[in-house]
Amino acid sequence: MARASGPSNIVTGVLDKAVNWARTRSMWPASFGLACCAIEMMATGAAHNDLARFGMEVFRASPRQADLMIVAGRVSQKMAPVLRQVYDQMADPKWVISMGACASSGGMFNNYALVQGVDQVVPVDIYVPGCPPGPQSLMHGILSLHEGIRVGEIVR
Amino acid sequence: MSRSVPAGLEVAASAFDGARFEEVHGDAVVRIDRAEVTGFMAAVRDAGYEMFIDLCAVDYLSRDPRFEVAINVVSVSPNRRLRVLVGIPGDDPVVPSISGVYPGANFYEREAFDLFGVRFQGHPDLTRILLPDEWEGYPLRKDSPVGSVPVQFKEANKAT
Amino acid sequence: MSKPPELVTGDLEAPDAAAQEAPAAGTKGAVSERRRVHDVWLSGTEAPRDLGPFTDEGAQEMLADESEEILAGQLGTVIEDDYDGSGPADDELQIINMGPQHPATHGVLRLHLELDGETIRRVKPIIGYLHTGMEKTAETLTFMQGPTNVTRMDYLSPFHNELCFSLAVERLLEVEIPPRAEAIRVLMSELNRVASHLLWSATTGFDIGALSMMIYGWRERESLLEFFEKTTGLRMNHNYIRPGGVAADLPEGWQQDVRAIIETVESGLADYETLLLANPIFLDRTKGVGILTADECLAYGVTGPVARASGIEYDVRRAFPYSGFEQYEFEVPTTENGDVFDRFIVRFEEMRQSLRIVEQVMETIPAGDYRTEDRKVTPPPRARIDESMEALIHHFKIFTEGFKVPAGETYQAVESARGELGMYLVSDGGPKPWRLHVRGPSFASVQALPMMLTGSLIADTIAALASADPVMGDVDR
Repeated sequence: MARASGPSNIVTGVLDKAVNWARTRSMWPASFGLACCAIEMMATGAAHNDLARFGMEVFRASPRQADLMIVAGRVSQKMAPVLRQVYDQMADPKWVISMGACASSGGMFNNYALVQGVDQVVPVDIYVPGCPPGPQSLMHGILSLHEGIRVGEIVR
Repeated sequence: MSRSVPAGLEVAASAFDGARFEEVHGDAVVRIDRAEVTGFMAAVRDAGYEMFIDLCAVDYLSRDPRFEVAINVVSVSPNRRLRVLVGIPGDDPVVPSISGVYPGANFYEREAFDLFGVRFQGHPDLTRILLPDEWEGYPLRKDSPVGSVPVQFKEANKAT
Repeated sequence: MSKPPELVTGDLEAPDAAAQEAPAAGTKGAVSERRRVHDVWLSGTEAPRDLGPFTDEGAQEMLADESEEILAGQLGTVIEDDYDGSGPADDELQIINMGPQHPATHGVLRLHLELDGETIRRVKPIIGYLHTGMEKTAETLTFMQGPTNVTRMDYLSPFHNELCFSLAVERLLEVEIPPRAEAIRVLMSELNRVASHLLWSATTGFDIGALSMMIYGWRERESLLEFFEKTTGLRMNHNYIRPGGVAADLPEGWQQDVRAIIETVESGLADYETLLLANPIFLDRTKGVGILTADECLAYGVTGPVARASGIEYDVRRAFPYSGFEQYEFEVPTTENGDVFDRFIVRFEEMRQSLRIVEQVMETIPAGDYRTEDRKVTPPPRARIDESMEALIHHFKIFTEGFKVPAGETYQAVESARGELGMYLVSDGGPKPWRLHVRGPSFASVQALPMMLTGSLIADTIAALASADPVMGDVDR
């Protein structure tokens, strides 16, 4: 993984690292479960595959209190403006995980009704493939996001 | 009327001469003219088919009449199903609404209007239901495309 | 009163204009004056006063006490406006928009609620936020690929979707399904019903406030999903029940797995009933809430547990049996009141009855083929492809072109976890459906929501909505 060039100053460098570490430790997702992937997202938060050990079990209903938007499911043309509005309401720094095939690329539904990939509407940091991705896949995606932030590759 | 008139519907069958009963793959099916559909459905409901199940439209493109509305109803006791088919010409896709007879037909008729453009006269709120309000066109008609986007593979574009 | 405090209200001229006027006592003040006193909401009213009669609207009535005008003027708390508490005019009903993104875990449903205080006067459900064009996509997929599409409609009961589609296709094909395949189908769909109801009780309990229900329900569901993954390869959206039979036979040792599932779920159910059904808060939130009468169910086409909770004894497995359901003994639980509590009772009992069916399937399942022998419909076993040219050709044709289904139309229904799931399938004799319309049970439930909610309180919206168990994939397709 290529590292983004950090600051040359030891004080702000350590501060940056601390801030990045803190940002990954309790990243609250906004509940944006749309379809089948939402079920697997809830399963990831449930007891068997526990998101609470990463500080993420609180799915905030209000986007203003959330850091991470996991777009879980297929985004229809009618839903796209709503998605954008929720994304805009989130405060910086914010990240987006596109969960599942439908969110990443339109999935198996290459037709008039779906936005072919949610990255046409919001900027995406991590794409998690699967239909639906199992909790382990989603967890891998979330941890990759954490790693990317901590290392400095994903900069917001 | 033929012998395939289901039990309980003899009264309705005799009141509506244009009703043609048949049996298709074990289902009781009746074809009715669009002008008579509201009256016929009221008679069917009074004959015991109280539960409204489904209403959908089909586009047969090269057939005349082009569209067909299929209404499914069920009698709970005794258990019977009935399917009512109404043919609708393509150049004048209008049919009376049955939402006065079966209130449950409301959303289904809106969906048929939304996806096929079949208009239901007498419907209290005939607006789009599944697609955004400003959508143009009727996507489930056979002459509307699926709307797929070309899928590109990165290897194919390596040269460019 | 001295110069009013420098408050930033919308009208920046307010302080100057108000400075020339006497304090609001006795004056029908300017708008700016009214806004100023509204903005200064002092808590200094805790001075002991005879508050006199006051209404639910509370503080404004309290302060509009004529005899205390001078005191009120000194405190700056006189409210001089035209509010008289006589109730809203028609244009003063408040419209609240709930959704499509909202805290309740029931998908992207949008509700326009017209409120009079806390009472709901009108509800308008707005759907379509998950419209995926699946019926159009179905016309581009062969009949063998159909279950992959259809299974994602009602994503909580994928087996029921696949079963309905496969039965519809088989009806048009007029092909016989071997009894072992039918028994496997019954097994998987009943286990699916249990999984769906577990998820429903978890999310509804969570919405009502029993947060631990979420954890318990998902825990039990994991054992079921593990079994599904072992059998079909996927936790959800399996594409397992296909026209002609099922995709693969049950794995070795499935009886032990299913027995463990039955034990786990039975003990879990006992736990949930202890947790919920005698809890006074739960009873308050669910008894008498979201009532749907039997006539309304019939008129709106509401089927499934909601209709059975209202007293309508209609279950497609009993009324129009399919897949050999007539050979299994089970009860169809029905209650009378049609409120949220009854729907809990009905679904818990349905889980028990489903487990009863699963036990019977385990005892009586015959040996044999798991799919029909008709090679024009189901692909040949992989080993045969190496040996027989004909098998190779059949395999090729089925997976590229697809098998052709004779022209005709049919309506096939199954009892999904939410009610009658039906598919109206029209074939023109080709390898792909001409038209596939899916009658989703949640579509009717969402349409009946205004009947459930009108006249009730806004706090009951979530409980009633959750109890109707709408799955938006089913509603919007």
